[in-house]
Amino acid sequence: MSKIVYEKSKGLTEKQLSYCPGCTHGIIHKLIAETLVELDVLDRTIAIAPVGCSVLAYDFFNCDGIQASHGRAPAVGCGIKRTHPDKIVFTYQGDGDLAAIGTAEIIHAAHRGDNMTVIFVNNAIYGMTGGQMAPTTLIDMKTSTSPIGRSEALMGRPILVSELLATIPSAAYIERVSTHDVPHINKAKAAIKKAFQYQVDGKGFSMVELLGTCPIGWNMTPPDAMKFVKNTMLPYFPLGVYKDAYAEGGNA
Amino acid sequence: MITRILVSGFGGQGVLTLGQIMADIAMRKGSEVTWMPSYGAEMRGGTANCSVIISDKMIGSPIATTNIDILCAMNTASVTKFIDKVRPGGLVFVNSSIVKEKIERTDVTVLEIDASNIAVKIGNLRVANMVMLAGFLLKTDLFTIGDVEEVLKNRFATRNPQLIPLNLEAIKQGMEACGA
Amino acid sequence: MKMLMKGNEAICEAAIAAGCTAFFGYPITPQNEIPEYMSFHMTDRGGVFVQAESEIGAINMCYGAAAAGVRVMTSSSSPGIALKQEGISYLAGAQLPCVIVNISRSGPGLGGILPAQGDYFQCTRGGGNGDYYMPVYAPFSVQEATDLIFKAFDVADVYRTPVMVVADGMLGQMMEPVEINARPPVKTDKSWATNGESGTRPRNVVNSLNLNAEALEAMNHARFELYKEIEQKEMMVDNRVQDGDEIAIVAYGAPSRIVINAIDELKAEGINAGLIRPITLWPFPYDVFQNLPKSVKHILVCELSMGQMIDDVKIGVAGKYPVNFYGRCGGVIFEPSEIADAARKIVKGGC
Repeated sequence: MSKIVYEKSKGLTEKQLSYCPGCTHGIIHKLIAETLVELDVLDRTIAIAPVGCSVLAYDFFNCDGIQASHGRAPAVGCGIKRTHPDKIVFTYQGDGDLAAIGTAEIIHAAHRGDNMTVIFVNNAIYGMTGGQMAPTTLIDMKTSTSPIGRSEALMGRPILVSELLATIPSAAYIERVSTHDVPHINKAKAAIKKAFQYQVDGKGFSMVELLGTCPIGWNMTPPDAMKFVKNTMLPYFPLGVYKDAYAEGGNA
Repeated sequence: MITRILVSGFGGQGVLTLGQIMADIAMRKGSEVTWMPSYGAEMRGGTANCSVIISDKMIGSPIATTNIDILCAMNTASVTKFIDKVRPGGLVFVNSSIVKEKIERTDVTVLEIDASNIAVKIGNLRVANMVMLAGFLLKTDLFTIGDVEEVLKNRFATRNPQLIPLNLEAIKQGMEACGA
Repeated sequence: MKMLMKGNEAICEAAIAAGCTAFFGYPITPQNEIPEYMSFHMTDRGGVFVQAESEIGAINMCYGAAAAGVRVMTSSSSPGIALKQEGISYLAGAQLPCVIVNISRSGPGLGGILPAQGDYFQCTRGGGNGDYYMPVYAPFSVQEATDLIFKAFDVADVYRTPVMVVADGMLGQMMEPVEINARPPVKTDKSWATNGESGTRPRNVVNSLNLNAEALEAMNHARFELYKEIEQKEMMVDNRVQDGDEIAIVAYGAPSRIVINAIDELKAEGINAGLIRPITLWPFPYDVFQNLPKSVKHILVCELSMGQMIDDVKIGVAGKYPVNFYGRCGGVIFEPSEIADAARKIVKGGC
């Protein structure tokens, strides 16, 4: 007698993921899919895909899916959630989509307290378009549009999205997590689950920022990319809960 | 038969409301009617105006800033801007509490109404626009005071019934001041 | 029962009566009465109103709500419509029904707030990217604006397309007696909607992305088949040209009312003129210009712009008549006498 100890989440379709080897999008997709199944909300969820590497996310999550224009996913989410308040709505966005072109939309979704969940994947680069500099690109990091490294004098320092959104009064839950090793992946799962649980409970806007890798864009092997997250990204992007309006003794 | 009315004055003098009341009456009497305001930044404290066109057939342009049959001018700027746009034989009602200049045109009928002063006398400067209605009641047969009363009731009966007698009083005082 | 209503407010009443249950907007003159009215009357009747962070936000909220299957509307004015074009292209690409009201103003740039018709190109030529059109309705009275709102929602649903209703600030701001001729919304199949009901049916996807060139080409061909059907079935024109008219004057929207005054003036002095008023700017009534009475010798196009619709008139005329133009812009509105003068010169000039 054999028993199943691990299987692919029913929250994902049979479609093969389109991501590069060593990229953490696959891990993050799995965490979301498992969460939707565990909370028993998969068949009433609408996923909103961004523009970027995860543009095809609507092919992978086993629920209704919409593809939004670049940066606008939170506005699209607002339109769906306001007209279908009993459904579960989440956006899946990268750092170019959310932290550059979509800054107005993300800030105002949080500002309105839209009861939806934002999954924000921060890999410090524009992946799909060929490794250009993102607002989250670290100082001195070389990209195809910062060939000698990001200059603070020219481009400022990387934007801190979780810290920024935590200042918004109506944001309910903001946490930054990482995906560079198993303990951190487990913590990331817990954060994602909490964020969706907040939405199920009608507590308002939740966002989980996940530090991830882009081995191709960074020109690194997958193991080196994981080390880069740990050694270089973590010190600049500290992990933790930045806002929890419902925490015991809360920091709301 | 088409009547082109322009009501003009400072923002806050109630020129838009005055035009709406006349448009409302015309609609109730089964006429074709349009009401068209000047709009935008000029509303805020500057000079505002509205065109009211009343006709027995479909109205083309809703704008009555030229070839005006009746000009109701509540401030000096309105007279300056529009007096030459009144058609020969047209009517000009002037708020003489504010407009001190004599109208030099002799081919139009001018009626001076001491509207702002009368309104202050009965306790509310804001009804100066209704005092101006006296001109329409005395010099045209567009509507009667009963028609005005019906529209006022419709506007104010539920929320501000006390405004009905105040507005009617303003009209009556205006008519008396003009020798009715 | 007739009510005295501003064009902007009457449009809202008609939309709500047509089953619109969600409105997303952003302030801009001269359409502010629309979001203001909706903020109270839409929510009062159980619908959704959100004042977005921008016109871009608003059109994308529409995209979400439309994808989820509800009747949704947004409104703006010219520069705001320019911002919405990205979203309109997405709506067209993803085949989503949505009604967009454009109470247009003068431009380019921030321009001015007074009535103008310089938006003809951005309405009819797809201001957004890619191969698409959308039906564009141009009412000339408050009554017609409300009637066309019902039409716009139905056409949007039937053909799964964004639809624009374009009026200028004159129509938005003016009051006229109006009767809301409510009729039940046309019933359409919305089983494609991403409304989060994947427990009861296969999951749905709303999307305009297609990385396979042949497949995307096929999608565009399919959409253009639909456009052919729209051209055949939905084109509307108010053609008042009669046998004996020497000159046809072409105008649309509220300014066409000024042309009606001018035509009366011309007729009084023995010049026979007739109005051609396209009600749908897309599909444009090209055929009208091939089937005019033999008496017509001249065409005059009047617009509150430097001349945009005139391009479509020339396509329709196809060289058969000389096409003349009279326009004012920047927020200046022509007088009937100006148009009559222009027509007189053309007729007397005998060209």
